[in-house]
Amino acid sequence: MGDKISIKNLNFYYGKNQALYDISMKIPEREVMAFVGPSGCGKSTFLRVFNRMNDTIPYARVEGEVKIDGKNIYKTKTDVVALRRKVGMVFQKSNPFPKSIFENVAYGIRINKMHSGKKDLADRVEKALRDAALWDEVSDRLNTSAFGLSGGQQQRLCIARALAVQPEVILMDEPASALDPIATQKIEELVVELKKKYTIVIVTHNMQQAARISDKTAFFMLGKLIEVNPTEKMFTNPDDELTEDYITGRFG
Amino acid sequence: MAGTGTFADRVFRSVLIVLSSTVILIVVSMVAMMVWTSLPTIRMFGLEFLYSGEWQPASNVFGALPFIYGTIVSSLIAILIAVPISLGIAIFLVEQAPKSISSPAAFLVELLAAIPSVVYGLWGIFVLAPFIRNYLGPFFQDYFGWLPLFQGRLTGFGMLTGGIIMAIMVTPIITAVVRDVLEVVPNTQRDAALALGATKWETTLIVLQNASSGIAGAVVLGLGRALGETMAVTMVIGNSPQITASLFEPAYTIASVLAANFGEASDRLYLSALVEMGLVLFLVTFVVNALAKVLVLGVAKGTNAASKA
Ligand SMILES: Nc1ncnc2c1ncn2[C@@H]1O[C@H](COP(=O)(O)OP(=O)(O)OP(=O)(O)O)[C@@H](O)[C@H]1O
Ligand SMILES: [Mg+2]
Repeated sequence: MGDKISIKNLNFYYGKNQALYDISMKIPEREVMAFVGPSGCGKSTFLRVFNRMNDTIPYARVEGEVKIDGKNIYKTKTDVVALRRKVGMVFQKSNPFPKSIFENVAYGIRINKMHSGKKDLADRVEKALRDAALWDEVSDRLNTSAFGLSGGQQQRLCIARALAVQPEVILMDEPASALDPIATQKIEELVVELKKKYTIVIVTHNMQQAARISDKTAFFMLGKLIEVNPTEKMFTNPDDELTEDYITGRFG
Repeated sequence: MAGTGTFADRVFRSVLIVLSSTVILIVVSMVAMMVWTSLPTIRMFGLEFLYSGEWQPASNVFGALPFIYGTIVSSLIAILIAVPISLGIAIFLVEQAPKSISSPAAFLVELLAAIPSVVYGLWGIFVLAPFIRNYLGPFFQDYFGWLPLFQGRLTGFGMLTGGIIMAIMVTPIITAVVRDVLEVVPNTQRDAALALGATKWETTLIVLQNASSGIAGAVVLGLGRALGETMAVTMVIGNSPQITASLFEPAYTIASVLAANFGEASDRLYLSALVEMGLVLFLVTFVVNALAKVLVLGVAKGTNAASKA
């Protein structure tokens, strides 16, 4: 399979502080790539490079090249709104809007004017909710507030909201860290299901989770990419000693 | 709770209880005083006092409607002008401006709230009134003169001038409250919108929705302030107890008529009429402010729910 995202010599700065050092790697299409590493090593920063969410921080600066489908997304002409539609994001803390379940999912469809009428909108919302494995639980209360859902359901609602704009890549920043084991398992099953259609990059602190759901794993430390390899190799026979130490829990 | 702690604790508690009951006592005694003093007109005119438009102190005829009308209409004008401006400033300060601009700008806006009412009144007399008489008034009469709203004699002193002065006075208050409620909207809401491809403006709409009940509270709070504003309005509204459709004609507010006539009201019935209007104003502003409090408190709870969710 081809590479969806390719990163070359990426450096990232928060003002004077460098957060990422000379990172080069490729993220294959329709696979799950897991980012692991100790807290503060730059996983979230790196993830937010792919949909240019770091643009909201005025003192942040990017150097190097990030290509998605062969196009450098940091070229001056890049349409950031279109980029973010193509590269969806799910956050650590679920963050539904103060709207109904239906309107949460419909939001992205509406602002991007993707629907051709009421019926089409409803169909798209249903499809996104089904893809997020939430439809059966909410189909009878679509017009009630999203805050009435459980934490795990709210997170799947946020996934549905991201799916509704038909992205090609989904970035997930510790999407299950605030959830109980059962809700976490549902999200994991969902990720495995979603990779049939989407390229997924997921940040996690949970090594077992990375081992269970990812095809490739990248290990970071202090802003540097230490190793990226197929997950199986990473967890059985890593190239780097640091990786082994981290995975076996000798530090971090 | 009672009886726990040392002797010193109990003394401290008692002092606090006495102090806080004093506040309540003052309010209660205020209402009692006003009801007592206004008994003559309450007995004589009953509810008619509130809807009669006749105000002739010389012949002991007292109807409060022109003052109620003036108070409500001038306050509504103030709110209509102040709310869009305040929302605009607050959105700019929180959502658009870099920190280096927004902090000093917010400070300036808050300074405006500290200018004494009488200074606004003077500005109204020497700047705003002539401006309305010479420019704004003629403009509206030339182009929209067929509307009763803009007919009448142009003196520069009237309902519109009063409303505009009040708008300028409540704008800093509404702006400050709206800024606060926008600031407590969690960033995760902005991120969520941006990550879906929302523009800056669409993201702002999401923020406003998060803050909606707090914004409503800010508006009602501003209304409460406008209703009770006295000095500046007395200086520019023209002080004539009449009900007309025209925005340029002089009007009168409850607060103004109280301030302007209290000294000369030697007659018991006249005094009673003035105090009864004070009572009406007190009750209305009390309810309006209570409503504002409930709304603003509600938003604090609401956004907590959103950020915990
Ligand atoms: N908005 C910001 N401004 C300045 N520095 C930041 C900002 N966000 C992150 N950093 C710094 O950049 C470095 C990387 O942070 P980042 O959040 O990417 O780490 P992380 O690997 O996601 O950590 P965690 O596992 O705790 O989420 C840290 O040193 C952090 O302090
Ligand atoms: Mg992180």
